[in-house]
Amino acid sequence: MGAERKIMKGIGLRLALTTAAFALAATTQGYGAARRTGGGALEAKLEYCKTCHGLGAEGYRGYYVMPRLAGQPSGYIVNQLRAFQEKRRVNPIMSNVAHGIPPGMIGALAASLQSMNSPPFGGAPNASIALGREIFATGLPDANIPACSACHGPDAKGQNAIPRLAGQVYWYTIKALSNWSQERGLGKTKDLSAIMGPTAHNLTPTQKSAIAAYVSTLR
Amino acid sequence: MQRARRDQRTGSGLVAALLLLIAGAASAQDALPVRNCTWCHGSSAQGFMFAPRLAGQRTAYIERELASFAAHARDNPLSQKYMWGAVARLDPATAQGLAVYFSSLAPEAAADGQSGLAATGKAIYDNGVAVDNVAACIACHGPNGEGVRDIPRLGGLSYVYLKRRLEQWNQGYHQSAKPMPLVAKSLSANEVEALASYLSFVQFVDVGR
Repeated sequence: MGAERKIMKGIGLRLALTTAAFALAATTQGYGAARRTGGGALEAKLEYCKTCHGLGAEGYRGYYVMPRLAGQPSGYIVNQLRAFQEKRRVNPIMSNVAHGIPPGMIGALAASLQSMNSPPFGGAPNASIALGREIFATGLPDANIPACSACHGPDAKGQNAIPRLAGQVYWYTIKALSNWSQERGLGKTKDLSAIMGPTAHNLTPTQKSAIAAYVSTLR
Repeated sequence: MQRARRDQRTGSGLVAALLLLIAGAASAQDALPVRNCTWCHGSSAQGFMFAPRLAGQRTAYIERELASFAAHARDNPLSQKYMWGAVARLDPATAQGLAVYFSSLAPEAAADGQSGLAATGKAIYDNGVAVDNVAACIACHGPNGEGVRDIPRLGGLSYVYLKRRLEQWNQGYHQSAKPMPLVAKSLSANEVEALASYLSFVQFVDVGR
């Protein structure tokens, strides 16, 4: 924990320096109405998140799938933004985005997103919802799969650094479960994402799809 | 030909669409009112003057835009002047037939932007400009500007058209095309120049419709 904090401090300083340099460069351009430093900066950044993650932060399916952020525990959002900054989680677009957020804004941004309650993005096939509900509530003891509800909560709302699954975009959940160990926990120190490794590995594609379909319908 | 015209008048676009599926794209011009489109969009639908390229555009995107002209949601001046009238009597089945036909044509890159800005444009397209809240276009439009489902193909569209669309969102037109008004608002004039230039040079990558 102490080591992690020291790393965080180093990154924070580097971030502050690059952010300051960028801010200087930005003021020489002007024009874009969405570019605000100082007053309105938080609102402008929130709007920026919603450009890709849906205007209600309910998630969006573009060429790539953008996850739902609305109602996500702020602890999870803060941890993931840091994971992108520290390359514990690798995604070229989100790495840029995470480095472009002033360090002091991350907490407020996460709190704003947590307070949102948009309806689910939708679009999942209905057929496998029943199977998904069953796995979510009871797990698959024979396959060494614990009940999702044990950590994510019976209502799938998550808590602290454990994500909300309720209303998550169907295709995103499938992708997350399918690529878990390639995309998460890539830092030198183990992080919380290690817990999901064996579970994601042991689920079949059909089971992943069923869980994704079920949670995508939850409000 | 006479018979084909009568078919359109009676609104049997479904027959036209079926014919297209059976006989392939070669006979589409006999079954569909393709010429009504190609007068402006160019005889091989590669775009001409103000009219954008339709060749290779996403089927679902063309259908949705035709509907948005009909609903007057796409309301920039040129749309009002030309497209509102053009689609006023277009039935959904014919619209679908046209969308399938034009999306099946191989597109050519307009390559009319400033080549010196292409590298800057590609950097914005791929990465966005996070500190300025400029989103990465690649997230929705794909690594080769190929688009997907009802998200349009941008690769190889003309610089003139791409620049005008981004400017018009900033001028308050077509605000229903979310999230594009938000994106346009974040871009500087120089970034619009660079993006439109870059995309005009992007070559066709066939990833299906």
